[in-house]
Amino acid sequence: MRLLINKIVLLLSTLAAIIGLLFLFWILVTLTIKGFSSINLYLFTHDLVDNGLRNLLIGQFVLALIAVIIGVPIGIVAGIYLQEYSFNNNYAKFIRNLSDVMMSAPSIVIGTFVYAILVVPVGHQNGWAGAIALAIMMLPIVVRTTDDMLGLVPRELREAGVAIGAPKYKVIFDIIIKAAKVGIMTGLLLAFARIIGETAPLLFTSGNSEYFTLNLNEVFPSLTVAIYNLATMPDKHLVEIAWAGAFLLTLFVLIINLLGRYIIKEKIK
Amino acid sequence: MEAIFKKLSALSATTILIILSAIFVVLFIQAKPAIEKYGFHFLVDPRWGVTVVNELKNNMNSNADVTHTNEKVNNFNEGDDIAIDDEDALAAIGGVNQNTDVVYGGLIPIVGTILSTLIAMAFAVPIAMGIAIFLAEIAPPFISKPVGIAIELLAAIPSIIYGMWGLFYFGPFISSIFGGGSVSLLVAGLVLGIMIIPFMASLTRDSMNTTPSVLKESAYAIGATKFEVIKDVIFPYAKQGIIGSMILALGRALGETMAVAFVIGGVFKFPDKITDPTVSIPVVLANNFAESSGMSYSALFYLALILFVVSFIVITFAKFYFLRDKK
Repeated sequence: MRLLINKIVLLLSTLAAIIGLLFLFWILVTLTIKGFSSINLYLFTHDLVDNGLRNLLIGQFVLALIAVIIGVPIGIVAGIYLQEYSFNNNYAKFIRNLSDVMMSAPSIVIGTFVYAILVVPVGHQNGWAGAIALAIMMLPIVVRTTDDMLGLVPRELREAGVAIGAPKYKVIFDIIIKAAKVGIMTGLLLAFARIIGETAPLLFTSGNSEYFTLNLNEVFPSLTVAIYNLATMPDKHLVEIAWAGAFLLTLFVLIINLLGRYIIKEKIK
Repeated sequence: MEAIFKKLSALSATTILIILSAIFVVLFIQAKPAIEKYGFHFLVDPRWGVTVVNELKNNMNSNADVTHTNEKVNNFNEGDDIAIDDEDALAAIGGVNQNTDVVYGGLIPIVGTILSTLIAMAFAVPIAMGIAIFLAEIAPPFISKPVGIAIELLAAIPSIIYGMWGLFYFGPFISSIFGGGSVSLLVAGLVLGIMIIPFMASLTRDSMNTTPSVLKESAYAIGATKFEVIKDVIFPYAKQGIIGSMILALGRALGETMAVAFVIGGVFKFPDKITDPTVSIPVVLANNFAESSGMSYSALFYLALILFVVSFIVITFAKFYFLRDKK
């Protein structure tokens, strides 16, 4: 009887695993089939106004890149504070927890927040608002990564630096950061992959432009927002463009994730 | 230099606090007109953008009455001078003089959010547990390793992809089995569930893997079956982590926008059946935000504030009560 129950339970959980994987597999397969059948060179050389993806791909990349430029320095320095300067006092614990909570805050709420402070005063959607919304999404991830990675640096390295009389910031920048560099870079890569696929914070901050632009003061092209708009259009061709965009986005995100894993693995070797 | 950098680093850490407080304060200020006007009654009022002609009609049951806000009415209230060429708008404007009002209540999206999240959890928890048990205890390493990586990669796929797949493939599939349209509460809940499965499964597997193998081995040594080891050794040991990861997944499901926006339908209506379309808070925000103004704008911020506070509480709860010893 015990053995029978055991068999049944193991069978059920294996079955559950198979069902779950089947759904996920289904998603990837349809995405790949749909993506491949709608991708062509034309999409990369024309903007959305001519039924291409060029401006969207570049726009999404630029938004995420600017989010990195804004969010990463603050996040890294904040992580340095948590690990190196705070001596793990209550304030640091509080910030650490708060940052973890912020990591799971609904992205659409961050979108509404940025809309209220950066879109309403300007009067129209703009690229800066989108980039800052993404930077806010990214900040807690960077803080967490930096904090964790600096925590892995051996104590002896710090002590050696202090022993030769280097000021603390020099120890941090010349020794500790260098030791944790690979880990932090990988974390940044994964954070980048996370924010580049975000849609909700961009819906009403950057909006989406059909034209090529690099002017962040204007409505800015965004691939994810465009996918959302195009996929719900009745025009079949536009839906296909959306599939192509979705495929490219997923491919990009997965490649970055695999790359990040590979780097971590190499480092451990 | 040292002192400057120290101050700077403390300041950077404080930006987290500043941003989170700023989000709360800004949402609150923007929502204030709606909060003052409707108070907590907003939470139980099912009327969104319903024109009420006078105070007497206020208490009539309104399911049949729900009409979408006419943008023209909105604009008029805002004082824009637009051409009035629509009879409805004319009627509404006539109504304004007779003390009409557009009422906003949040009950429908609140119920939609709760129901879709419950469906998602009911669907995702058993499957995610199955995957976690499979990966941690059943599968040999040469299977569990690649499958584990695949699960983690799937958690990284942008949620918009799940939504799009739901709209074009999963929705029609579900409606062919259960009837109803290809956008419905059921489809939204299931897509949401599928989206959080990888997240939940990998977190659960991680906490199950923290069980010391000595414990497991001693249980096996006295003749326990695999199921008994899982039930009596691993679960009790990893319980906190497992519950914590479920609550984290719940928090994620509550605030998820894109996976739901494609498939829930976006209509302000209570679902009579599970296969009816309805709406959730994030979807209301995503669909109505850019065109709103005046009281509807404020009411949307009220909804955003509710969502923010609720998910804040959920996540804090998960962190403090269940995942505390992780850090």
